[in-house]
Amino acid sequence: MTILADTAAPAVQKKAPRRRVRTRMLVLNAVSVVAGVGVWWGLATSGVDLPTPPEVLKRYGELITDGTLFDDIVASLTRVLIGFVLGVAVAVPVGFLMGWYGTVRGLVEPWVQFFRTIPPLAIIPLAIVLMGIGETPKIFVIFLASFLACVISTFQGVVNVDRTLINAARVLGANDRVLFTRVVVPASTPFILVGMRVGLGSSWATLVAAELIAAQQGLGYRMQSAQLYYDLPTIFVGLITIGVLGLIMDRLLLLAETKLTNWQERR
Amino acid sequence: MITIDRIHKSYPLKGETFTALGDVSLELADNEFVTVVGPSGCGKTTLMNILAGLETPTSGQALVDGQAVTGPGPERGVIFQQYALFPWLTVRKNVEFGLKTKGVGRDERRRIAEHFIDLVGLTQFADALPKTLSGGMKQRVAIARAYAVNPSILLMDEPFGAVDALTRVRLQDQLLATWSQEKRTVVFITHDVDEAVFLANRVVVMAARPGRIVEIIDVDLPYPRNDELRLSPAFTALRNRVWNAVYHQESR
Repeated sequence: MTILADTAAPAVQKKAPRRRVRTRMLVLNAVSVVAGVGVWWGLATSGVDLPTPPEVLKRYGELITDGTLFDDIVASLTRVLIGFVLGVAVAVPVGFLMGWYGTVRGLVEPWVQFFRTIPPLAIIPLAIVLMGIGETPKIFVIFLASFLACVISTFQGVVNVDRTLINAARVLGANDRVLFTRVVVPASTPFILVGMRVGLGSSWATLVAAELIAAQQGLGYRMQSAQLYYDLPTIFVGLITIGVLGLIMDRLLLLAETKLTNWQERR
Repeated sequence: MITIDRIHKSYPLKGETFTALGDVSLELADNEFVTVVGPSGCGKTTLMNILAGLETPTSGQALVDGQAVTGPGPERGVIFQQYALFPWLTVRKNVEFGLKTKGVGRDERRRIAEHFIDLVGLTQFADALPKTLSGGMKQRVAIARAYAVNPSILLMDEPFGAVDALTRVRLQDQLLATWSQEKRTVVFITHDVDEAVFLANRVVVMAARPGRIVEIIDVDLPYPRNDELRLSPAFTALRNRVWNAVYHQESR
């Protein structure tokens, strides 16, 4: 009984300092944000050609009241989400197949590696010619960006599954199907989630480029048309909105990650 | 009964043929506790993997109750040095894993798992994740998990190699306590001479290059074994014999 108590103690003790570290991080984060806005404001008032924070807030108010911001957000978010979800939905099974079957890996990997080196922006001319100027090419480039990010890490996840876990499952009577669903899938979940986060980042990054393709609405489109009129506050509204939305979605994924991969030993 | 029949295992290594095991033969009776001790590179892990069905011999064969080993099977439980617990499953779910693959129903699974978790003294930790357990506790979970599928043979590959010396002694006591309640044929691999003598009724000493059995030493000390026995002259004498067989292979 005494050994049990002794060995269990260190795990419990670790928690308190970790919470303190977290509070410290949050304070530092807040300080950094306030200081950043301060620097921006300072630059704007000292003659650099930037809108001040109140000007941007005022424009925010205008774009919210006339409904433009909401419509733009809906349009952009729809594109990002459809592209991203499709990308992940295709990347996860393909990544698994690549990791599990050497043949699939040999067939798919050159294409993945090749397209990875091409920025999604460079695909746009091709996408327009092949798919016209509707929603399809926009969603396609976002899809491509999130697929490429996610497929690599899913593949890595499968390849990195600990051999001894596979052996342990086999000696406990697991056949290939059991091995896959009950060992390989859970073991590679952390990698998939990291891939999804990277994929989400690339989806947002590709959004503005995608909305270059003759869009009528969307945050990227709004910023490009503002550019024509030298309308800096609107550009700022677009930038901040994209950043904040991306951040919220990333935090949601992070939350899912902590929930789903809570079993991992973290240093 | 386990029959190891002239097993030879070699594989190419940097353009040469490396002989991990050169014609090893051995017979084990039911419910025997055999420890295999030897220097690194003597092929003891290879031998265990062949018995487990995770590796195939180049020639010769392993037989369990007259049946040739061709792959892993539920009658042979394996305990690995690195614990190999599924980190995303609780202690209980880990122990239930093999039962689930066998298609045992939920209530029955739970009952069996509880029995073996209790047997290794981890009842309080049944719903804990492996990351919260110490090395010694993890290995006890692995032992419970191997026992749960009711194998007739337990193959243990340096199971206590990664824990500290004090925990190791406790785990040895506990393993013998578990084994005396649930008798199985045990093949236990170690590089610790004391451990080999304390646990076994036979110690198999192996040597390297090529991997082979050099001596088999009977340990005729009565079970249950305790601390008193560890310090007895009879134990010391056997320990010295095994020690000499392991460490003075060249000079003999």
